[in-house]
Amino acid sequence: MIALIDYGAGNVASVSNALAELNQEFKITSNEVEICKADKIIFPGVGEASFAMRQLHLLNLFSALRMVKKPILGICLGMQLMMDNSTEGNVACLGIFTGTVLKFDSTKTKVPHMGWNDIKKISESKLFTGVKNGERFYFANSYYVPVNEFTTAITTNDIDFSASLEKGNFYGVQFHPEKSGDAGLKILKNFIELC
Amino acid sequence: MLCKRIIPCLDVKDGRVVKGTNFINLIDAGSPVELAERYSKEGADELVFLDITASAEKRKTLVSLVKDVAKAIRIPFTVGGGISELTDIEALLKAGADKVSLNSSIVKKHDLITQASKQFGSQAVVAAIDLKFNGSKYKVYINGGREETDLIGMEWCLRAAELGAGEILLTSMDKDGTKEGYDVEFLKELTSMVTIPVIASGGAGTKEHFLDAFKNADADACLAASLFHFNILPIKTLKEYLHENGIVMRN
Repeated sequence: MIALIDYGAGNVASVSNALAELNQEFKITSNEVEICKADKIIFPGVGEASFAMRQLHLLNLFSALRMVKKPILGICLGMQLMMDNSTEGNVACLGIFTGTVLKFDSTKTKVPHMGWNDIKKISESKLFTGVKNGERFYFANSYYVPVNEFTTAITTNDIDFSASLEKGNFYGVQFHPEKSGDAGLKILKNFIELC
Repeated sequence: MLCKRIIPCLDVKDGRVVKGTNFINLIDAGSPVELAERYSKEGADELVFLDITASAEKRKTLVSLVKDVAKAIRIPFTVGGGISELTDIEALLKAGADKVSLNSSIVKKHDLITQASKQFGSQAVVAAIDLKFNGSKYKVYINGGREETDLIGMEWCLRAAELGAGEILLTSMDKDGTKEGYDVEFLKELTSMVTIPVIASGGAGTKEHFLDAFKNADADACLAASLFHFNILPIKTLKEYLHENGIVMRN
């Protein structure tokens, strides 16, 4: 069973629709026990970081998400919340990956970074099995995770940033696989079947 | 590199897609879900649904329409038309829409842009702005182009961006339905002044018009309706042409 975390700051409907298309059984939940018992966890996110972190604390999910042993996939804001902290609302995040989430510089590029952009794979990741280098995905982000030791794929805006992160059972993608056509579905399928 | 986007727009009235000229003379153009699926398959990068249903009562069906569309397609889509409350926005985003397009409501209540972008993120808030040139100035119109306001086009665009909109959907009412091309002059000035993405709307008639908006006005996305609904210009043909002319396209 897949746990799809609903904490009031995620595009749960779209991820649900994508999982349904993949014929996957899943449960939309904000319950700590259900999340920890799941085989796979999907942690979506849309909106503002400090608001989202407050929601996680209110639902008592902070520790659970840091300590889960099963594969967990953070999507968009979900991935950013896995970092140490974010400059969006200057908030401490889950601290799974080291580093700070930064804002794109609007004097150098349009913000939000919105639309389809390509990814460059820089290290092996099961998440991208069968996905071609240069494949395009849908992004909608004003903030980004700088390229770091956990980055598995890079996307270029005015600067390079992390399109995906990976460390042990923790996975993150900055783009929206649930909104990225067939390539996006492939990422979700890989997470479910291979990770 | 970030791709430029092609966005079919579906005007929805009483649950059906319609298309008219200069906001009137509506013709039935099909079922929203079927058209959404078709465009998604043909390579549209995104979709916009504008509900032009007159009565508030019938407009309530919009949420169920959004749910059906979200089930059918795996590309992002925006919903607009008569959205005036944060609770409306929440319901539409929860139903599966990625963004909402706000028009008359933000003219009447500027704060709504800020509140919505704080609560749902600026990426979910599109400021839809309808402009008409009166001989000396671009004036902002609301209520589906029926009511002139005191707002000046460029000033309102800049204000909307400053208040937290994530994108501007700029419709030229003078060009809409004419197939004479986008208002490239205005768009060019706009994209040089705001740092958020701009969607060009109103006037597309040929593939050259899209190239003009991307190349000469630096638009981030181009929107069109009847050209796509009646298959006058297939999305695939359009994208091939743009790609050959140096515009980065997804497919």
